[in-house]
Amino acid sequence: MKVNMIQALNQAMDLELQSNPDLVVYGEDVGKDGGVFRVTDGLQAKHGSHRVFDTPLAEAGIIGLGIGMAAYGLHPVAEVQFSGFMYPGLNQLISHASRIRNRSRGRFSCPLVVRTPCSGGVKAPEHHSESSEAYYIHTPGLKVVMPSTPTDAKGLLTSSMREKDPVIFLEPLRLYRAFKEEVPEEQYATPLGEAFIRQPGEDITLITWGTMTLACKEALETISQNEKWSIELIDLRTLSPIDWDIIHKSVRKTGRCVIAQEAPQTLGLASEVMARILENDLLSLEAPVRRVTGFDTIMPLLKNEEHFIPHADRIYAAIQDVMRF
Amino acid sequence: MPLTQIAQFGVNRLSILDENGKADEKLLPPLTPPQLIALYIHMLQLRIFDDKALKLQRQGRIGTYASSLGQEACTVGSAFALKNQDWTFPAFREHGVFFTRGVEMVKTLQYWGGDERGSDPGEGQNCFPVSIPVGSQPLHAVGCALGMKYKKRDAVAVGYMGDGGTSEGEFHEAMNAAGVFNAPVILICQNNQYAISVARKNQTAAQTLAQKAIAYGIEGLQVDGNDVLACYLATSIAREKAISGKGPTFLEFETYRIGDHTTADDSTRYRTKEEIAAWRAKDPIARFETFLLAKGILSPSLIDQIKQEAVAKVEKAVQAYETMPPQKIEDLFDHMYAITPKDLAEQKRAYVGFRQTHGKENQPDTIGPGFP
Repeated sequence: MKVNMIQALNQAMDLELQSNPDLVVYGEDVGKDGGVFRVTDGLQAKHGSHRVFDTPLAEAGIIGLGIGMAAYGLHPVAEVQFSGFMYPGLNQLISHASRIRNRSRGRFSCPLVVRTPCSGGVKAPEHHSESSEAYYIHTPGLKVVMPSTPTDAKGLLTSSMREKDPVIFLEPLRLYRAFKEEVPEEQYATPLGEAFIRQPGEDITLITWGTMTLACKEALETISQNEKWSIELIDLRTLSPIDWDIIHKSVRKTGRCVIAQEAPQTLGLASEVMARILENDLLSLEAPVRRVTGFDTIMPLLKNEEHFIPHADRIYAAIQDVMRF
Repeated sequence: MPLTQIAQFGVNRLSILDENGKADEKLLPPLTPPQLIALYIHMLQLRIFDDKALKLQRQGRIGTYASSLGQEACTVGSAFALKNQDWTFPAFREHGVFFTRGVEMVKTLQYWGGDERGSDPGEGQNCFPVSIPVGSQPLHAVGCALGMKYKKRDAVAVGYMGDGGTSEGEFHEAMNAAGVFNAPVILICQNNQYAISVARKNQTAAQTLAQKAIAYGIEGLQVDGNDVLACYLATSIAREKAISGKGPTFLEFETYRIGDHTTADDSTRYRTKEEIAAWRAKDPIARFETFLLAKGILSPSLIDQIKQEAVAKVEKAVQAYETMPPQKIEDLFDHMYAITPKDLAEQKRAYVGFRQTHGKENQPDTIGPGFP
């Protein structure tokens, strides 16, 4: 059956609630209301309010409670409604969730999944459209996941719910209902830490994740009409840990690389990818690596957000620069 | 329309032993003489440990240390009321909780000495490690209690904090969630009157900390925190209540930190000698000792024996700490994830290799003069 990302995520939780009695899904509005984006729709009615429950409006509280539940042996799957509301919960993520295993020398662990939307493009109010993956990636002990298709969303969330360590599962708002695709109805797990080559190619490596996969695909279509370049598109899918092997292998093959991210430029994930390519693949490079990113500005309100979010034309221009260097 | 009073609240205080060690017999908890002696031993051991740890810090043998001098009744009394299946979530001045629950003393020396292995409480010990961020760990206790409720276990979770912790936003979130979910949790505030230098009256305008529970619809109780029997009884009652499904309790243990905040602090900048002397007169150990002597449960010779054994136990822990082989470099990397990611494994491999070729493998750092 063809489903969108929201339905795929819902299926993942539904199936995992059925197969793992220790799994609980919770957060503000996730119960009766089924989540503000309806990702948890129907789960409480089906699995009961002891398995799927609402919490007080408190982001640190939601994450902090999950740490205690996880330490005691549950597998909590929390929802924080909007990416920009994660910040009150950062103390719990950075000071505690990511450190419980290390702090206790492996005696206790924190298998907690925090699901939260990310990125912009749906004309939401302020603080609803942040691309803040760098904060999480910069925190040792956390795993960071960002799917870009319904199929990956279901498989990666299933893996996340079976993890023994905390996972931040970032759901690109723009992709929630952007398209539908055939998704296997049964339960399946897509391993974390493995990137995916969305399109194989020989001349240039285009690296992206989350929302930007759409813009990259759009750029590839335009390029295929105008140029003869063969482009390899890599979707990272898991942002921590990163699949470095696939990146190095591809860049050594193509000798050229463009990285597209929606997040602000400075010290974003694209910076790290660039640094690693320079450290490891310098002698394979035919041209400087280029980044296409958001700006070092606050994410604008709805009328201007499309200026911030890199469009296909900016990605195309960067690829042209690198190809013609 | 005239104003109408729609609710009325009060705050209770529990005290059993007065400052002269005289008990309110009606309130005495049903503890046997061996249990009473055990309470005394735990408190005395903690005090001797504290004294030794301060000396070790001055000698550069451990790092910064937070003394619990004067607060022995709070940690020992509350932890003594718990069972092994209960979980504790401490702040950083709860050494007494660890010791009373059976975590080896050497762990606390390791922890404050900078050896991370000290944070592992050992097999079967449901003692979460120290939380340095203030006021954030009560949430973990509430979450753990939700887990106990979900799994229908006869157990409680106990979260500790200081008076400063009650000013943090996450304290509010923990109290609120505890009430909303009727969690089998006990939240204990060791109100030792100071958050480093900021006095209790500058921490909150509330008359008591116990009354903060009222706003969350849960029971709050102020307890004489220098009275080990009161600390024990309050925790016991709260435990029974939690286990029988009657919900959470917030306990304010009113006590006083006789020492500095940590060895990096100088409390003469913000406290008077008179104030400290007034609290020294309320010493929890002396008070309990007087009580036990009067009851004939302790004798001067037994006290001597207990002291000697406590000193020997602490010395043994110090020796174990100082003869422990250092942490291996690998240990820095191996507990980050259940399965070490490839990239981190590579960082580990590279650093271990670097240390081997540069001849400094596993060389422990000297502690030196320390923080700050």
